[in-house]
Amino acid sequence: MTQSSSIVPAMKLSGISCVFGTQKVLWDVDLSIASGETVVIVGESGCGKSVTMKVMMQLIPQTSGELKWFGQDVGSMKPKQVLANRLRLGYLFQGAALFDSLTIFENVAFGLRHAGETDEDLIEQTVIGRLTEVGLSADIRFKRPSEISGGMQKRVGLARALALGPDVMFYDEPTTGLDPVNSRRIDDLIDSVRQSRGVTGIIVTHDLRTVQRVADRVVMFYPRAKLDDSESQVIFDGSPSELAESNDPKVREYIGDELTSGLLAA
Amino acid sequence: MAGLSITRPISALGQLTSSFVNGVGELTLFATGIFKRLRGGMPRRHVLIPILHEIGVRSVPVILVTGAFIGMVLAVQTYQQFKLMHMETRMGAIITMTLVAELGPVLAATMLAGRVGSAMAAELGTMRVTEQIHAITALGADPVRYLVVPRFLACVILIPMLTAIADAIGIFSGWLFSCVVLGVNSFQYWQFAEQFVTGWDVMAGLTKSVLFGCGIAIIACQQGFQCGAGAEGVGRAATQSFVLSFIAILGLDFLLNVVLNTTYYMIWPQAVSIATGGLG
Repeated sequence: MTQSSSIVPAMKLSGISCVFGTQKVLWDVDLSIASGETVVIVGESGCGKSVTMKVMMQLIPQTSGELKWFGQDVGSMKPKQVLANRLRLGYLFQGAALFDSLTIFENVAFGLRHAGETDEDLIEQTVIGRLTEVGLSADIRFKRPSEISGGMQKRVGLARALALGPDVMFYDEPTTGLDPVNSRRIDDLIDSVRQSRGVTGIIVTHDLRTVQRVADRVVMFYPRAKLDDSESQVIFDGSPSELAESNDPKVREYIGDELTSGLLAA
Repeated sequence: MAGLSITRPISALGQLTSSFVNGVGELTLFATGIFKRLRGGMPRRHVLIPILHEIGVRSVPVILVTGAFIGMVLAVQTYQQFKLMHMETRMGAIITMTLVAELGPVLAATMLAGRVGSAMAAELGTMRVTEQIHAITALGADPVRYLVVPRFLACVILIPMLTAIADAIGIFSGWLFSCVVLGVNSFQYWQFAEQFVTGWDVMAGLTKSVLFGCGIAIIACQQGFQCGAGAEGVGRAATQSFVLSFIAILGLDFLLNVVLNTTYYMIWPQAVSIATGGLG
């Protein structure tokens, strides 16, 4: 297993636990993500991978443990510092989470306006630039989210997240519910964002084709309820080819034999 | 077995008490959050105006119908009783007083808790379920400041105005039914109304509606923000919002009546009643 090394990791989780009522979703999780790498988090439903990502983004507070953004402890930051640092993080939601009362333009411009940008020409240029970057026509900006397809909504969601120029991008099940053509398009976008901007990527997915296409590193989670107290919830941490060659029965059960060859080829 | 049958209701009562205390605590924390953010300045115009339109302008038809029927129902109800005592000319006082100080604010707030409160809870609940509230946070904005503060201000400003419209329409429809249909003398109707309904009553009614507006906004937004998963969660948030708002309106109404009446009689201990005042 490998643990990417970097002087200051983009994200560092130390002993993170997240408990809802009596349910332990995350328990004592350690994870470090270096700047510039693309990490794909996989695991069966209910293993806590999406919760991990939301804790990293601080959309859900952890019950205990320490989270560091770019080497700074989030717990010791003032709310304004959290807000300023959060602008360095972008998040693509599973269902895109576009604001349905706003146009596509207003959706993509939302973060810029709330960051204090008042130059309307610059906002318009940025919105059109980001829409073009994700392969959408600038004309789409006048439409409402309900007037475009699911695949396009995902791309608008990505354009909105990229508008603030984040250093880290979180992708929550980016290809779920999309046809193979749109899935490939989103994977290509994730890769091109990383190539063109050097953005750190953290992806939660069930889609092992995404692992093949974009991952530098794969982290596999396992449901806490199925583990002994002494066992780590992170059951695998390594490259895609190491994942394919893993002999761990839990890992093998998840990836299946038919995907192994694809992962090895990647 | 006997032990079980005794402990079960005690346990249920304990759970009920615990969830009530939790609920009040969550609501108080949520309200505190709103008041803290109010100090940070007014919402932007492009955010506030659509909400003012939705809550204010689009509620006017409901309020007109509510006000009109309250006034006419009051006229029908009081006429028979007052006629037996040969006091039907005083109907103007009782209808206007009841509308301005009590029924206008309470019924307008109840209608608005249904129309505005439930809609706000459902809208915010849907935003929560579809992760739009998380998206606001992820884009560096504060969801309470962006979503709740404008709705709170709109309710606090507009619910008293809508109540005033309901009162005016109710007074007019009460007069119309009393004088045109039931044949009460119009001059005496207005004379008694003017004599007994004071600025204090109008102020008391509007004070109530401001607080009802606060209550409706806080409860509806909190229910939306705490919404459970899926369509069921959104439906439950909308229903809970109305039920809790209605209870809050009744509770606040009782408390405010006690406080306002006590204050009134402390200031004016010689105040006269509608039944005996103005004789001779």
